Amino acid sequence: MRQLAGTGMHRATIDQRADAQPLAKSGYPRLMPELLITLLTISVVVGAIPGVCNYLILLERKLSAWMQDRIGPNRVGPMGLFQPLADGIKLLLKEDVIPPHVDKVLFLIAPAISVFTAMLAFAVVPFGPVNDATVPAFIRFIIAPNIDIGLIFIFAIGSLGVYGVVLGGWASNNKYSALGAMRASAQVVSYEIPLGMSVLGIALLSGTLNLEKIMQLQTDGGLLSWNIWFQPLAAIMFFTASLAEANRLPFDLAECEQELIGGWHTEYSALKWALFFLGEYTHMITISFLTSILFLGGWSFPFIAEASSAYPGLWLVKLLILSGKAFFFLCMMIMLRWTIPRFRFDQLMELAWKVMIPLSLANLVMVMFCKHFGFSQWWLLVGSIALFAAWGTISARLREAELAERPGYVKRKKVVPAAVHAGHGAHH
Amino acid sequence: MGFWESTFVPAIMKGLKTTLKHVTDRKTVTQQYPEVKPDLPLHYRGVHRLNRDEKDRVKCVACMMCATACPANCISIEAQAAPPEWPDRDKFPKSFVLDELRCIYCGMCEEACPVDAIELTHIYDLTGETRESLMYDREKLLGVYDQTKDNPRDPVRTKRGILGPAAEFHSLPTLGPATVVPDSDRSAKNPTAGVIKSKQESHS
Repeated sequence: MRQLAGTGMHRATIDQRADAQPLAKSGYPRLMPELLITLLTISVVVGAIPGVCNYLILLERKLSAWMQDRIGPNRVGPMGLFQPLADGIKLLLKEDVIPPHVDKVLFLIAPAISVFTAMLAFAVVPFGPVNDATVPAFIRFIIAPNIDIGLIFIFAIGSLGVYGVVLGGWASNNKYSALGAMRASAQVVSYEIPLGMSVLGIALLSGTLNLEKIMQLQTDGGLLSWNIWFQPLAAIMFFTASLAEANRLPFDLAECEQELIGGWHTEYSALKWALFFLGEYTHMITISFLTSILFLGGWSFPFIAEASSAYPGLWLVKLLILSGKAFFFLCMMIMLRWTIPRFRFDQLMELAWKVMIPLSLANLVMVMFCKHFGFSQWWLLVGSIALFAAWGTISARLREAELAERPGYVKRKKVVPAAVHAGHGAHH
Repeated sequence: MGFWESTFVPAIMKGLKTTLKHVTDRKTVTQQYPEVKPDLPLHYRGVHRLNRDEKDRVKCVACMMCATACPANCISIEAQAAPPEWPDRDKFPKSFVLDELRCIYCGMCEEACPVDAIELTHIYDLTGETRESLMYDREKLLGVYDQTKDNPRDPVRTKRGILGPAAEFHSLPTLGPATVVPDSDRSAKNPTAGVIKSKQESHS
């Protein structure tokens, strides 16, 4: 019954929209404007993402250079601003090597899968103010609007992205590539669970899996209804798990230049290699938008863009705010990449199975408890901090116990060295 | 492992603080090479040169000391008897070829040269289109001298006399025996083991 009502409502909105379009009256089929707008949005997004990815790579190179007291690319154009162009041309014109020992079909399909899944996941991400009356009719900030299973769709498609990695590694017929592919699959399988479970709390709180509705709930309520207040722990876990999903450092064990040469893309060159990285950076963009939409209130920002504010060009400001939030997370990812060393594989698995899965489960149970008994949502903030404290204490104790098992382990003493010395003397 | 340590939070914050500090301080340690030339140390060993003496003749006396000292065997000298109007030397190099590709720039030739004729300069960006173009002959090496002699970073290190210290020696300092020698060792008893009779002395 409920399902039916849902679809009915959905159809009603579409009809309303179609009626609102002036084009519909001039003899076109009713679906035509919708289709045109969708095609326009798709072409804009598909055209923009590679460019944005290229400039993200430039940003990453610049930031990493500054972190290491270098200057970074500065030869092509002012401050190296045309460097992405030069990189693109280089990658296009480079010799495209297909080694003789590879499985050709899979070898060619793998990079395509990587990009395809990453792009497809972006289809349901609202990257600007959606359902806003002030936005010109031909602009829509989401490719596929009103998808009621938006979140599930993203996770389903996003986790398919690992097929690109696995197939690429397997088809390369090379031990390093195969090792990288195996690591990638183990890693993605492990981190898929905390990634999904950390946002289940949001889904419960909002009562929907529709990203636009989740965003709208937060923008209507303003700063104090941002999900970060109620789910801070989930936000951290979501961000961490998505780093692992995107194979970004400190979780880039699949790539792992130092041990595996390049992991799954060892045998790839030129544009096929570039496609893998296009996929990775698209994944990063999706994650950044998702984090800002799910936890940081979408386009809402105190005083500048609230539900009640109204001034000309507001939709542009909203778009800039949401992009700015996403940009913040992108910078964060780049900073983290050049700050933290890579995890060891057992540490990676430990973090997923011993820390993040139990914590996200506890967080979920906490939300369910809160919802069922109708407590104030603010208890979730207290609960999240308590969970964090409990995890810290438990893992410190566990680590202490583990270390105590090791031969030659001396527990750190808090007494001053002089007293220790005196004690030694007395024993002898 | 304390509480905070096991949550990773302080470690990540500390790392981010370090990297952010480096991003914001805008200091660089790298140089923009082709525009800004590196400030090389004074003892830098680059391309060789053959020095000229005060009459613009090649200073080299073709003694083969550098070719002998060279661990890479990159110097080949062909000596010729000096013309009679050059009374201060017996020989001069008819050809002097130094293979800059084979050279390891160790500076042993410079050390070995008794007349300070071969020196290593600060030229480090040596390129050539063929291997032959990097076989530096006498004229090329003299050309390097003309090119670098006025550079304050490549001073002509020879200050002593016309040819160099070895050519000016009339006597070497008296060498006493460093160890206790038996009375039967006559050579050790000679108090002026290093004396070279100079021309003036032998004439008089």
